[in-house]
Amino acid sequence: MNTVVCLKQVPDTETLIKVAGTTIAAEGIKWVISSFDEYAVEEAIRMKEKMNAGKVTIVSLGPDRVIESIRTALAMGADEAVHVNDGAYYDKADPYATAQVLAAAIKGLTFDAVFLGKQAIDDDCGQVPAMLGELLGLPVVTQVIKLDVAADKKSATVTREIEGGQVVLDVPLPAVLSAQKGLNEPRYASLPGIMKAKKKPVDVKNAGGLGVSTGPMTVIKEMSLPPARQAGKIITGDDAKAKAAALAKALHEEVKII
Amino acid sequence: MPGTLIYAEVQKGEIKKGAFEITSKAKELGGEVSVCVIGKGAEAVAPQLAKFGADKIYVVDGPEFENYVPEAFVQAFVQVAQKVQPGVIFCSASAQGKDFAPAMAARLNVGAISDCVDVKKEGDKIIAKRPMYAGKAYAMVESMSNPQVISVRPNALGSKEIAGAGAIEKVAVSLDAAKITVKVKAVEVASTTEPDQTEAEIIVSGGRGMKGPENYKMLEDLAKLFGPTATTGASRAAVDAGWRSHSYQVGQTGKTVSPNLYIAAGISGAIQHMAGMGTSKVIVAINKDAEAPIFTKADYGIVDDLFNFVPALIDEIKKIKG
Repeated sequence: MNTVVCLKQVPDTETLIKVAGTTIAAEGIKWVISSFDEYAVEEAIRMKEKMNAGKVTIVSLGPDRVIESIRTALAMGADEAVHVNDGAYYDKADPYATAQVLAAAIKGLTFDAVFLGKQAIDDDCGQVPAMLGELLGLPVVTQVIKLDVAADKKSATVTREIEGGQVVLDVPLPAVLSAQKGLNEPRYASLPGIMKAKKKPVDVKNAGGLGVSTGPMTVIKEMSLPPARQAGKIITGDDAKAKAAALAKALHEEVKII
Repeated sequence: MPGTLIYAEVQKGEIKKGAFEITSKAKELGGEVSVCVIGKGAEAVAPQLAKFGADKIYVVDGPEFENYVPEAFVQAFVQVAQKVQPGVIFCSASAQGKDFAPAMAARLNVGAISDCVDVKKEGDKIIAKRPMYAGKAYAMVESMSNPQVISVRPNALGSKEIAGAGAIEKVAVSLDAAKITVKVKAVEVASTTEPDQTEAEIIVSGGRGMKGPENYKMLEDLAKLFGPTATTGASRAAVDAGWRSHSYQVGQTGKTVSPNLYIAAGISGAIQHMAGMGTSKVIVAINKDAEAPIFTKADYGIVDDLFNFVPALIDEIKKIKG
């Protein structure tokens, strides 16, 4: 089974975010693969292993630093990559512009499915999967937590999360599938995997070379930090019962929620 | 001036409250407010939108809209959008809205702004406020596209009653069935009647301090005391330990929530968790470690063993409620 996995490099979740103009300050950021994209990489590798055939192609948009995350995915077991190394395009890209460039990079490839995370954990937009499907003219299933591909690779049965439950869907392939937590447990790259990854091919492109001229359709005008929360009061009392009575009273009289 | 078109979601035969919230907000912002309600049974409930500010209500009803599949709903909505020619389209950023909005925007060849917590108007432009990095930062975003597609987080705006003309028009849409290739095989709805965490007004959440899956029963009992708008949540540590399913996870790789009351039991308050619940109106933290970082953000802190405290709290709330 041939798959394409789109991945985004994002600040690690431990990162303390500082604002710089209409973006975040670049200092002190540890860059990692967005966690939902890691599930996508893992699922693609598992499909290849299960079918015992095919290859996994990573596609990523971003500046030079992104190559480290691409190499990580290659070390996990992906086979090759397309790096749209275009910092100028990336800096302005909104989800629509990102989907445009990913679609252009994917169009020439041979694949049975495109995997990616349900959202990137930096901008949290969650739009690229559906937009990519639309641009590629493929069906889309978002928030996938279980996937079974038919032996002929012509269709798949997928389970996705909905509010208060799950829905099981039949989807023809190729399709765009976005990964939700719970789909799998991503592996760590092995040492031999890391060594092999260094030799795997990475095709470097830019947005202009892919024929993409569409600019972003949304723009960030201003960025700010949320107002800092102040510590409130510690409820004291002789025992749990006394403290519980004090809290219940506060929820009743001050918060007025009971 | 071009008006606003709203996508109203129907679930279990009811209009989701997020639709009322965005409809009344759109009315407040000005211009004609049209609402498109799609779903099986939509016709029966559509008139409710009038008292939240809907001037025109387009109803798309039929058995083919019983279960949501994006292609069918996008096709139907786009036909209504072509009729209305709105300058702004609002959706709720519910689980379904998050799937629907970008697909619909792409079909209209425009961009979208997702999961906003506030919107204001500058001329014909909507400026939307949205969290990024799971709430560690906020961005003010403007759309250059026409129409501007914006999804708004449930609970963020609140709804208010504001009268609209409420003219109802039933729309017969023609679906291109050949394009609807994703088929629903089964829907498994959990027996719970609890609201989704993103829409709950009260969340009782448990972390590593819960020590095991069996102890969540007392958090469920506590949540039940607050009524049908309350639910339970969990920290990443509890989810990764397998005590609760991922759908309960609050935080950067789980759900971002903003309830009126968030009770954190046995949660230390890692930066990723705080990002996901930091905009809760009132935070109560229960932890036996007085140094737990969550106490620096909590409105009410209780330093105690949760296994003693939570049952005591349940008793005390029962007393107040009589």
